[in-house]
Amino acid sequence: MSERILEVRDLAVSFDTYAGEVQAVRGIHFHLDRGETLAIVGESGCGKSVTVQTIMKLLPSPPARIKSGSILYQGEELVGKSDKEMENYRGKEFSMIFQDSMTSLNPTMRVGKQLCEGIRKHQRIGAEEAKAVAVNMLREVGLPNPEKAFRQYPHTLSGGMRQRVMIAMAIACSPKILFADEPTTALDVTMQAQILDLMNQLKADTGAAIILITHDLGVVAQMADRISVMYAGEIVESGTAAEVFYNPCHPYTWGLLGSMPSIAGSSRQAKEELLSIPGTPPDLFAPPAGCAFAARCSYCMKACLKADPPEFTADDGHMARCWLLDGRAAPVTPPVGRKAPAGKEGA
Amino acid sequence: MAAPLIQVENLKKYFPAGRKQLLKAVDDVSFSIGRGTTLGLVGESGCGKTTIGRTILGIYEPDGGRVLYDGADLAKLNKAQKKAMTRKMQMVFQDPYASLNPFFTVGEIIEEGLLIHKLYPDKAQRRERVYGLLELVGLNREHANRFPHEFSGGQRQRVGIARALALEPEFLVCDEAISALDVSIQAQVVNMLMQFQREMSLTYLFITHDLSMVRHIADQTAVMYMGKMVEYADTGELYSRPAHPYTIGLLSAVPAADPDYQKSHQRIHLQGEVPSPINPKPGCRFCGRCSKALPRCAEEEPVLKNLGGGHFAACHLL
Repeated sequence: MSERILEVRDLAVSFDTYAGEVQAVRGIHFHLDRGETLAIVGESGCGKSVTVQTIMKLLPSPPARIKSGSILYQGEELVGKSDKEMENYRGKEFSMIFQDSMTSLNPTMRVGKQLCEGIRKHQRIGAEEAKAVAVNMLREVGLPNPEKAFRQYPHTLSGGMRQRVMIAMAIACSPKILFADEPTTALDVTMQAQILDLMNQLKADTGAAIILITHDLGVVAQMADRISVMYAGEIVESGTAAEVFYNPCHPYTWGLLGSMPSIAGSSRQAKEELLSIPGTPPDLFAPPAGCAFAARCSYCMKACLKADPPEFTADDGHMARCWLLDGRAAPVTPPVGRKAPAGKEGA
Repeated sequence: MAAPLIQVENLKKYFPAGRKQLLKAVDDVSFSIGRGTTLGLVGESGCGKTTIGRTILGIYEPDGGRVLYDGADLAKLNKAQKKAMTRKMQMVFQDPYASLNPFFTVGEIIEEGLLIHKLYPDKAQRRERVYGLLELVGLNREHANRFPHEFSGGQRQRVGIARALALEPEFLVCDEAISALDVSIQAQVVNMLMQFQREMSLTYLFITHDLSMVRHIADQTAVMYMGKMVEYADTGELYSRPAHPYTIGLLSAVPAADPDYQKSHQRIHLQGEVPSPINPKPGCRFCGRCSKALPRCAEEEPVLKNLGGGHFAACHLL
């Protein structure tokens, strides 16, 4: 049933800078099946954007460098492909929605021209036909007056409208994978809700798979089928959305879940201390020898400082890299993860 | 409710928007904040929440209405009294990158207010005070000689808070003070702000678009839409029984970090966008996006109605 369209194995990406090598991504692997949404969650600097930009080959090299690993798109190796070869994939096979629509659209080009550029590149159709496709796309993403928007410059549109234009551009050639890098972070909540609905609807219509990058766990809960939590260039926990939300295994995930005040449920925790994670993420110039999270972890053991934990399987398809899951560690009760994933109602 | 420290009465702030047009950023807004409590001010971008904070602090001159601090009208103060008042009211800004002078060391940034108000005239004592403030916000004294660029966003925001606390204020305006920070750092800073409130009985005006955080931190919450206050209530009351259609839509749009809750709750989505605040149409400003709008809503502007128990909302349906 589920067809694997993307598989990333042991990917490591570094940036060579004057100050030394920044190990932005340090050996991650994940996969994506057709029609599913994978959310990559983490704080700024954890390597989530670098991962996606590496798959798209959008990072300038140098300074970026793939140290190891492979990226298989429908069984085809992407690592080592030239920029020219990648052009056949970008836009057509996979495309990207960026966070900041103001800087990602060309301010000197009318919306329509930018849209048609990609369409004509991949579909080999005439200008008139491309225009018809573009206007149709703009209508599909819910712009009230698509013919007018086609002739407008990006700065004359509001933030929400521009984000719709970006989505129209991303889906114009029906890509199989949509990368969305913080697609709603710059928007107000009401606009965010509209854009997320639109993405879910387009996913249902086209069957595209989505890789969603965000730090907002509310957005993740609404969109994701599976979740990968990144910390300091590594995936520290991954599993289905229900597993990660209701049965999280990694102390970093506990911290992330605990540090967000809830909008739903009872107000019992109002005015209580939020569960915060002390300290700041490690320096990726020289990542620590053991677990990268050890310095901020209140469950840190001796083993954590010595060796980077391997992947432990918590459940079917649920993995966490934490020594607490080793049979020899003393069991701890997680501070979050409130209920069994079975119950639909509650809270 | 505690005795009010801040009273805002019919506050208006208009900005000229060219061609004799006016942008009514804040239009006839009244509220009060009790001593030692937190008022959360929420709304979408451009609704006037930042303008309110800045007008209270005197960064903007109001175009109408007045602000009372502990019963004293801020507009009637003379220069010396105004300066004395700035000691009591301080602000924590949104962007910890732009709000710290890059040419000053962190120590100088925190010290500046003390010098202006001639507190701690003895240099050694003043240094000690700066060290004390740094330690209070979870930094250490060695940081005093460093420059802002050497710090992370969360640390800079701590410096901004230390600067605001240096003059021992009673009232703090936090304008999106945590929005630029990562979630785990947000929690650290919020916990710290709440701890200071308990220990120093500070009064906060907490301006943010993060509705979950307001629910966590605020005693009362006010919802703004296009320069108008549309609803005001105790936070628990507002979140459990929102009355204004805009508040209902706004709360419903916030995604809960709980997949099962989201599947089991139907969300009501606001359609469209906030219209231009320049020369708004008569009637209720939310009318164009409201699914329950009546003909009357387009003609007559609703006023805040008391729904009992300190819950106010401005809607004709109520």
